[in-house]
Amino acid sequence: MSLLFFYSLRNLFTRCLTTILTTLGMALVVFVFASIIMLAEGLKKTLVETGSGDNVVVLRKSAETEVQSRIDRDQASILETLPEIAVGDDGQRLFAKELLVLITMQKKNSDGIANVIIRGIGKHSLSLRPQVKLITGRMPRWGTSEIIVGESVAKRFKNAGLQKTLLFAMRSWNIVGIFDAGDTGFSSEIWGDADQLMQSFRRQTYSSVIFRLRHSNLLQGLKELISKDPRLTLSILREKDYYLKQSETMAAFLRILGISLTLIFSIGAVVGAMITMFAAVANRTAEIGTLRALGFQRKSILFAFLLESLILGFSGGCAGLFFASLLQFLTISTMNFQTFSELAFSFSITPGIIIKSMAFSIFMGFAGGLLPAFRASRMNIVDSLREV
Amino acid sequence: MRNEDLILSIDNVYKSYHRDSQIIRVLEDISLELKRGAFLALMGPSGSGKSTLLNLIAGLDQVDQGTIEIDGVNITTLSETDLARWRSFNVGFIFQFYNLIPVLTAFENVELPLLLTGLSKRERQEHVSAAISVVNMEDRDGHYPNQLSGGQQQRVAIARAIVTDPTILVADEPTGDLDRTSAENVLDLMDRLNCDLGKTIIMVTHDPWAGNRAHSMEHLDKGVLNHDL
Ligand SMILES: Nc1ncnc2c1ncn2[C@@H]1O[C@H](COP(=O)(O)OP(=O)(O)OP(=O)(O)O)[C@@H](O)[C@H]1O
Ligand SMILES: [Mg+2]
Repeated sequence: MSLLFFYSLRNLFTRCLTTILTTLGMALVVFVFASIIMLAEGLKKTLVETGSGDNVVVLRKSAETEVQSRIDRDQASILETLPEIAVGDDGQRLFAKELLVLITMQKKNSDGIANVIIRGIGKHSLSLRPQVKLITGRMPRWGTSEIIVGESVAKRFKNAGLQKTLLFAMRSWNIVGIFDAGDTGFSSEIWGDADQLMQSFRRQTYSSVIFRLRHSNLLQGLKELISKDPRLTLSILREKDYYLKQSETMAAFLRILGISLTLIFSIGAVVGAMITMFAAVANRTAEIGTLRALGFQRKSILFAFLLESLILGFSGGCAGLFFASLLQFLTISTMNFQTFSELAFSFSITPGIIIKSMAFSIFMGFAGGLLPAFRASRMNIVDSLREV
Repeated sequence: MRNEDLILSIDNVYKSYHRDSQIIRVLEDISLELKRGAFLALMGPSGSGKSTLLNLIAGLDQVDQGTIEIDGVNITTLSETDLARWRSFNVGFIFQFYNLIPVLTAFENVELPLLLTGLSKRERQEHVSAAISVVNMEDRDGHYPNQLSGGQQQRVAIARAIVTDPTILVADEPTGDLDRTSAENVLDLMDRLNCDLGKTIIMVTHDPWAGNRAHSMEHLDKGVLNHDL
């Protein structure tokens, strides 16, 4: 019955201003809803893409993150000889002992300071992470106080550009290169020679060991081996899983924040839609009486008004998603609550988010329209015809 | 008294309204018969119950007591759903204020009752065109109600009333909102529907001049039919 659809649609156009306002109310809610889950999604994507396929991370048993983990030199050298480690183009094992420390740095555009991760790297750290590419300058020479910084560190912190000098651990460090690490968390890190950094920070232990497996199905066997060896108090997991786990707390936090925020907002939007629809019903009382007199059943009236409200919800959803999708072009940074360091990432929209947002918006339309539509359908014909 | 020619037979109908705790007796023991093809004017002073009686005949309201039979169907026993269906096939409505749907064009307004009939789109359009040509509104059928004069709107409303080829046409003060010329026009049209197309029409009016255009007259006074006036 396309005529009935046009009937609902044209009624919305007729009261153009209230329609736009109601739609905007819903659009706002959808915008908040979508952008927060896009944020959670973007964060997850960034952290998950930080890990790559066959790489594994070894941490101290019971450590959740590299920051909490300590691996002493003996245990690290036991790992270094494992036959499961893949061999690179240069004939050497793809294995790196790394150190992770946090320092605070001054932000560029404000007086604020934030934690930044310093990663002490080994010779193969870079080949283990194909996402990381040097964009300007050169790699640091081993055994010197030269460092390279991730692109988003260079952009957002004071004195973090090429040829600049950073002061930490009572030593000055020269920035000789800037690297790009795509959408990964490495973009927010500073890299330098692990041994030099351990000396300066007076650390006896590494934080983690990263290596590539010859074959990805070797992990299970390695896990058993490590748990049986009394000399090793370590846990091993895939790099991807490690970063996925890191993203979960933050993503869950954002999701809860998003849902509670939108729930509060959505009450407003639903009430707004309800008021609009009640007004529409009141304005069209005689019209409802006429339709009923012509032979339209109560349920047709219910449907026509509900349809109007659903269209409101649908357009609100489209508008909200449109504005939310613009956020994709924005990069923001947040505190990574696992490492308490800064992490830069973007909003990311997925088909799932689109479906969820639209469903949510249409539901708001439904919730706002139900009572008014019900009232319209309950009207007495003779009484409503008298209202001219 | 079965009679093939009888289209309406009202038997001892009572109707009252409850307002707060008060009971307002609107219609008292109404009995009336009408032959197929009649054009009846229902007259009487304001508040005498004309609209109430018309609404009962049109199946918009329920009697308290008595029966109303239209074309062999006792409408006082129909359920609300069945009554709505019955109206869509058997009653054409003409209202004082035309009651066209403002967001639909003249053509769509006329098409509206046909949505309930199960006709195909093509059949519907044929019926609509025919009805619109009866009321001489072919050249304005794409206009919205607010682009038409009162008389033109009433003609569109009449097209809407006849498009389903109903058993009876009911009109509540169809000229009440019109100037003389437009009213004359509408009454001519109703006369034509009655004489040429054989439509049975019941028209409520308190204007004697309009009432005289009908072929028979009934007077209501304080809820009682006064046959001898
Ligand atoms: N829904 C209702 N509730 C209460 N009283 C009603 C209702 N409908 C009609 N009445 C009363 O019934 C009486 C008859 O009303 P009705 O509308 O039938 O009069 P009418 O003859 O059509 O008058 P008019 O010429 O002014 O249209 C009036 O006193 C009116 O107040
Ligand atoms: Mg009346």
